[in-house]
Amino acid sequence: METQAFQKIYTRITNITKATCSLKAAGVGYEELAIVHGKLAQVVKVIGDDITLQVFGGTEGIPTNAEVVFYGKPPSLKVSESLSGRFFNSFGNPIDGGPDVEGEEREIGGPTVNPVRRKQPSELIATGIAGIDLNNTLVSGQKIPFFADPDQPYNQVMAMVALRAKADKIILGGMGLTNDDYLFFKNVFDNAGALDRIVSFVNSTEDPPVERLLVPDMALTAAEYYAVDKNQSVLVLLTDMTLYADALAIVSNRMDQIPSKDSMPGSLYSDLAKIYEKAVQFPEGGSITIVAVTTLSGGDITHAIPDNTGYITEGQLFLRKDTDVGKVIVDPFRSLSRLKQLVIGEKTREDHPKVMNAAVRLFADASNAKTKMENGFDLTDYDERTLDFAKEYSEKLLAIDVNIDIDEMLDTGWYLFNKYFTKAEVGLKEELVQKYWPEEEGLEEKRQKEKTGSEA
Amino acid sequence: MEEKGKQTKGKVRSIIANLVLVDVDGPISQNEICYIKLGNTPLMAEVIKVAEPTAYVQVFESTRGLSVGAEVEFSGHMLEVTLAPGILSRNFDGLQNDLDKMEGVFLKRGEYTIPLDEEKKWDFKPLAKEGDNVAAGSWLGEVTENYQPHKIMVPFKLLGNYTLKSLANEGSYTIKDKIAVITDKEGNDIEVTMMQKWPVKVPIKVFESKPRPFRLLETGVRTIDTLNPITEGGTGFIPGPFGSGKTVLQHALSKQAEADIVIVAACGERANEVVEIFTEFPELDDPRTGRKLMERTTIIANTSNMPVAAREASVYTAMTLAEYYRQMGLKILMLADSTSRWAQALREMSNRMEELPGPDAYPMDLTAIISNFYARAGYTYLNNGETGSITFIGTVSPAGGNLKEPVTEATKKVGRCFYALSQDRADSKRYPAVDPIDSYSKYLEYDEVKEYLNKNIHENWMDNIELVKDILIRGRESSEQIDILGDDGVPIDYHISFWKSEVIDFVILQQDAFDEIDASTPIERQRYMLDKVLEIYRTRFEFDSFEDVAQYFKRLINELKQMNYSKYDSDKFKEHEKQLEQIMEERKVA
Ligand SMILES: Nc1ncnc2c1ncn2[C@@H]1O[C@H](COP(=O)(O)OP(=O)(O)O)[C@@H](O)[C@H]1O
Ligand SMILES: [Mg+2]
Repeated sequence: METQAFQKIYTRITNITKATCSLKAAGVGYEELAIVHGKLAQVVKVIGDDITLQVFGGTEGIPTNAEVVFYGKPPSLKVSESLSGRFFNSFGNPIDGGPDVEGEEREIGGPTVNPVRRKQPSELIATGIAGIDLNNTLVSGQKIPFFADPDQPYNQVMAMVALRAKADKIILGGMGLTNDDYLFFKNVFDNAGALDRIVSFVNSTEDPPVERLLVPDMALTAAEYYAVDKNQSVLVLLTDMTLYADALAIVSNRMDQIPSKDSMPGSLYSDLAKIYEKAVQFPEGGSITIVAVTTLSGGDITHAIPDNTGYITEGQLFLRKDTDVGKVIVDPFRSLSRLKQLVIGEKTREDHPKVMNAAVRLFADASNAKTKMENGFDLTDYDERTLDFAKEYSEKLLAIDVNIDIDEMLDTGWYLFNKYFTKAEVGLKEELVQKYWPEEEGLEEKRQKEKTGSEA
Repeated sequence: MEEKGKQTKGKVRSIIANLVLVDVDGPISQNEICYIKLGNTPLMAEVIKVAEPTAYVQVFESTRGLSVGAEVEFSGHMLEVTLAPGILSRNFDGLQNDLDKMEGVFLKRGEYTIPLDEEKKWDFKPLAKEGDNVAAGSWLGEVTENYQPHKIMVPFKLLGNYTLKSLANEGSYTIKDKIAVITDKEGNDIEVTMMQKWPVKVPIKVFESKPRPFRLLETGVRTIDTLNPITEGGTGFIPGPFGSGKTVLQHALSKQAEADIVIVAACGERANEVVEIFTEFPELDDPRTGRKLMERTTIIANTSNMPVAAREASVYTAMTLAEYYRQMGLKILMLADSTSRWAQALREMSNRMEELPGPDAYPMDLTAIISNFYARAGYTYLNNGETGSITFIGTVSPAGGNLKEPVTEATKKVGRCFYALSQDRADSKRYPAVDPIDSYSKYLEYDEVKEYLNKNIHENWMDNIELVKDILIRGRESSEQIDILGDDGVPIDYHISFWKSEVIDFVILQQDAFDEIDASTPIERQRYMLDKVLEIYRTRFEFDSFEDVAQYFKRLINELKQMNYSKYDSDKFKEHEKQLEQIMEERKVA
């Protein structure tokens, strides 16, 4: 972004904090960009001729007589097909050594899609992971984060989901991404031969944190270009949104705003919603699906960041380690896909909703049995069976290394029901039981045999 | 508000996100609407504080690009909605712009539409006659909107008494055509059309009285109708952590509740949830009328990514439309999802104005604002002796799911029905996750409600409800004892008591909102099923071991659930009922 000759240069800064500085200037537009001492900044407050600027690169070393030049426009991105395959920083400048992108200049953080111009999402996104496809089915146009403690392999799972999702474009928005993770994404996409359909905007751990605030809007402006102008299906990956929210808190605290819960700004809900609500399905076929990562602290989802996120997104995928089977699973209790009912049993086999619910209920019984056991009580035969069921269910279906199609997931469900339970214990609709309950010898047949055996 | 001689103008002085300070050159009033000129684009804003000569205005749009010195024009009126035939089936934003009339994929700043169709002709039938004494709200005539009568009334703004001088004959008219002339005491004539305007923040109060509500409003949701019923004209709220089922429950109410008109305010939540209504309601039938659900529904959509200030406006806009239809003697159900987002919008603005914050940084007067809003609902005797009602149910989204937070606590003071959604129930997929023990309906304490229920459902209804609640509490106690002492550390009776409460949980409380048949249960069927489970409760069963108890009751529950999934009184229903009776015989003791 070059400055223009006629622009006025200011050289008297009156106030400097860690993330902002103020000066007197006239004719400045709200949210317009400026350069302060060579660093990009944005107008966040105008009180008469007192202008407050948020300095993305941090204010370290800025002198009171620094040069300040206003651009007269908000942050923007040049969009065209040549974005594909490229890597950019938070400002949309190439970091892959390639040339600048030519194209139409668009303001980032643009307007909202009219709700009546949306289409109800209905395309299932298959990932092969049963913890997702079976229990928390994804739909294109959905927005959903992984909730995971920092030690969980969330970026790996996200990359896997992205590659299996069959999107026309994948847009990676990396915020506070470690260099290792950045290289990981690059390698995975490269190895999959997918680089040419990927666009990345990366703020790494080495970059100033406030710069991150631009990343989601950059990524989504590119996404809207492909989804609206080109009618493509676009998958946007945002990692890690917790670091994004932390950057918001830095800026708002510097501006003396009254923090609400967990030192987060009172506007956190609206700030996050503006990003996530860019997920959309258009009637013309284009779509934006957002898969994000929100890292947790000690699994606490009541913290303001995951809490506000959960209120906005269409569910969440909760990753945790199941110590009984030694694998990372998608926790069926704390995960949810709110759009699943638009596809399950309609785009998938009719027994999908009921099988899913029955299995989760039995898994809940197992967790009660486990509590009983830990409290030193005797287990009933049913308790024992739920525990055995839970182990196999966790290993064969919940673990993230599962990669099978949805019919196979459902068949596995029925197989487990038959192996460990009676029909009444599973309590499914009779029509479904008649159609899908496996023929092979299960618990009921075994019991029958034992009974007749002992009578004989 | 009176008309002012000269239009007041102003200039922008400061911009802090959507709070703008404007220096004005004349009189302005609190809540007056003004337009800020951003080049050629007018940005609509509302005065929220005045400190001469400065007006603090909240802008209903993004202020990006706005600079100091921009011109501002004051409109002389508060935020108003247009009231006339043609409101039903429409999708409005929080300021009553018709979303379908807006061009392009994206919402453009400064684009405001005429909310209704000014060209369409309506078949008018006079109800009053020349010479009648009339006043604000008097029914002059009616048109048919979709399939319901829509009354044409004397505008609510006209105070005092009038004589009807002339009234249009039966025929077709647009909402702008003159329909009547009324004469005031001084002999001045006033022309009346089918259209009028009303400021959203002022309640419409042209009615005789608001008695205590007493009639059941059937919702088809068992845990509400049977356990904690809401009344026609009642208020209720649904607090719950994210994912616990607030929206699904509200959608169920909007589809099934026995109301003439449903007004849904989607306030600061997901756009896709509104799309679900747009998409499904035009296809779904209202079982009571056989008409499409969309025909009785109006949506006010101000989703979370739409301007924050308009969120607050959206609930008032919705309530004003509800009041308008109530004046016609109709039964209105108004839903708002979520009132917490509205409270948060107030908080954002209060913080920007650097007001002294109350608890959790919400404005100090939050409780008063919420109470005043809920007070607009109610059962009403209109001036002509007819009745109309607004039943209001809002959701609350407590931070971290903790109900000890300002919005929940403020709402608890006014909402008479409390439907607390529990994380535990949602986690174990016991939907709807309404906690049967924590939740309450204050209406069950009203004598007139008790009487109504006993008379209209069953003479023992109230006794049965109390019994059910008792069984649930004892079931919970038994389960706690079992958890502490272990399965075989308690008498078998504890297990039986626990499982008898589970029967109620699985058969009455739990209800699959996505199953065609189970989703909605008419009250007659609710009564039938309640009798069934109480029969089981009253039956004495014999067991040798606690293990048998669970196994046995699961079989009973299974049959009862199959009944819930079958068409009422169908062969399948009866077949499962027979099965149930057989299973009961197995262990019954005389
Ligand atoms: N009555 C119900 N029957 C079946 N599933 C339900 C029911 N209520 C909620 N759910 C499930 O819970 C999810 C979240 O519900 P929702 O109403 O969107 O939660 P909230 O509005 O409280 O965040 C739904 O997408 C659905 O999967
Ligand atoms: Mg909701």
